[in-house]
Amino acid sequence: MTLRRWFLLPAWVWAAGLFAAPLAIVLAYSLLTRGVYGGLAAPWTMENYRRLFDPLYGFILLRSLAMAAASTVLSLVLAFPAALFISRSGRRRNLYLQLVILPFWTSFLVRTYAWLFLLRDTGLVNTLLARLHLIREPLPLLYNDGAVLLGLVYGYLPFMVLPIYATLERLDPALVEAAADLGARPWATLWRVVVPLAAPGIRAGSVLVFIPCLGAYLTPDLLGGGRTVMVGNLVQNQFTTARDWPFGAAVSVVLMAIVTALVLLFLRREGDHLV
Amino acid sequence: MAPILQLRSLVKEYPGHRALDDVSLSIDAGSFFSLLGPSGCGKTTTLRLIAGFEQPTAGEVLLNGEVVNHRQPYQRNVSTVFQSYALFPHLNARQNIEFGLRRRRATEIARRVRDVIELVSLAGKEDRRPAQLSGGERQRVALARSMVLEPDVLLLDEPLAALDPKLRQQMRLELKALQRRVGIAFLLVTHDQEEALSMSDRLAVMNAGRIEQTGSPEEVYLRPGTRFVAGFLGAVNWIDGIGVRPEATRIARAGGSGTHASRPAVVTGSVFLGDCVQVLASLASGEQAVAQVSRELAVFQPGDPVELYWHPADEITFPA
Repeated sequence: MTLRRWFLLPAWVWAAGLFAAPLAIVLAYSLLTRGVYGGLAAPWTMENYRRLFDPLYGFILLRSLAMAAASTVLSLVLAFPAALFISRSGRRRNLYLQLVILPFWTSFLVRTYAWLFLLRDTGLVNTLLARLHLIREPLPLLYNDGAVLLGLVYGYLPFMVLPIYATLERLDPALVEAAADLGARPWATLWRVVVPLAAPGIRAGSVLVFIPCLGAYLTPDLLGGGRTVMVGNLVQNQFTTARDWPFGAAVSVVLMAIVTALVLLFLRREGDHLV
Repeated sequence: MAPILQLRSLVKEYPGHRALDDVSLSIDAGSFFSLLGPSGCGKTTTLRLIAGFEQPTAGEVLLNGEVVNHRQPYQRNVSTVFQSYALFPHLNARQNIEFGLRRRRATEIARRVRDVIELVSLAGKEDRRPAQLSGGERQRVALARSMVLEPDVLLLDEPLAALDPKLRQQMRLELKALQRRVGIAFLLVTHDQEEALSMSDRLAVMNAGRIEQTGSPEEVYLRPGTRFVAGFLGAVNWIDGIGVRPEATRIARAGGSGTHASRPAVVTGSVFLGDCVQVLASLASGEQAVAQVSRELAVFQPGDPVELYWHPADEITFPA
């Protein structure tokens, strides 16, 4: 027993040092006042949280929630058929899984920059369309909500594919045959049997996509061109440009609270276990 | 009576392997038919071709006199009870049973479901999910789910294999009684010869993708058409090319008889089975034979010279 406790020590040190302590620091910062030259100063205050009730920040938060929700839904729509296809690919399935994971071999920053080169006015897409005489003026593909959405879905799609794949891969093929045997056409089988049984994977994938999308700052910064401000950019700005660490910390704490609440709400349903 | 299901020269080939080779059979409406054979003999493949999960390489499947080869599973009026039961784990017993009726937009769903639940004695368990049901109950749900659709043929893939032996015995009787009551043709796939013999009106014995013999249980057991059938349906002593089942093999002290077909032998051992004893004996030719006798007759010791004899009527012979 004692020995087993000792084995847990690294995990405790890890959790305390890299999770609990930073969290406590952020929480403490959020209750302090901004110094004259940035930095932190007394007194303790709730002012940073009060500022969040400003409609401007409420709007940013709602925008972010909407963007994260849209990214999650889009990812789901794209990932489900892909996961279904992979789960039924027999010997090829490992190859396809590798392809899903392949983007992780390069930095997320580099991949997001790559989209810049694809989508900008003189980018690959616009040049190609112009050469084919399909357009005269370059399409506004960059620096809008659509571009941010594209970047988010692109970045987090694998997190949706993999958990859904995991549930579909375990799905007994006899259940699909049984549904057909009982008179269900392919669509009915999909909606009545496959999707409900993939629900744990869909839930896990949705959480895994929604959370990073809600806090995303790199993608909206690069592809949104500063116009599409999400809550992640707000936090980043407070810590960098505005040099208002206490307010940035307060926004972070609220963001974390919202995410925790939503995830608990989402995962508690039917008592399913995550993955 | 017109056959409700006919298979005409079915062939199923997989890369480098012929799973079914010229399988033909005919099943009467309302009858209980079994496909019996060792694993890998093609009996489950036959079932899957009838259900429509797979397409035959050649040959025809006829339901009610109509070729259904190109119909999808959901367009065929047959229903399968899977070996694993394949109950939908996210639906309760009632929802599982309703599934097919809802997909077919049937009328009087509530009444039909209630009737079939009563038929398989599942009343009170309707709201339980498969995980909350026992093995026997799950099987009843699977049966009810298929029977409620009133299929032309109910296909059962080793339905008793997952049950423990005692329950299996009981379910044999129940399944047979159920089939009689609902009057639906049952096509049972099994590797258990006792199961096939005790439940079927007719059965086909399969081996290596072919049907070796079709007939009533008595015909197939008492007058097997091939050596494989004779051996698969029960033990056989092969004595100079003549087959005699152990229960038809008598044993006596050497020189005790002379009226029947008989051979001298030497006892090599015995196996106590509770209700009877199997005496093992070695014939002069070197062949081994087993005589299954009642306990009080089993007074032989290894080394005893004996006489094995039998009624000529019990001999299993094949047309040359």
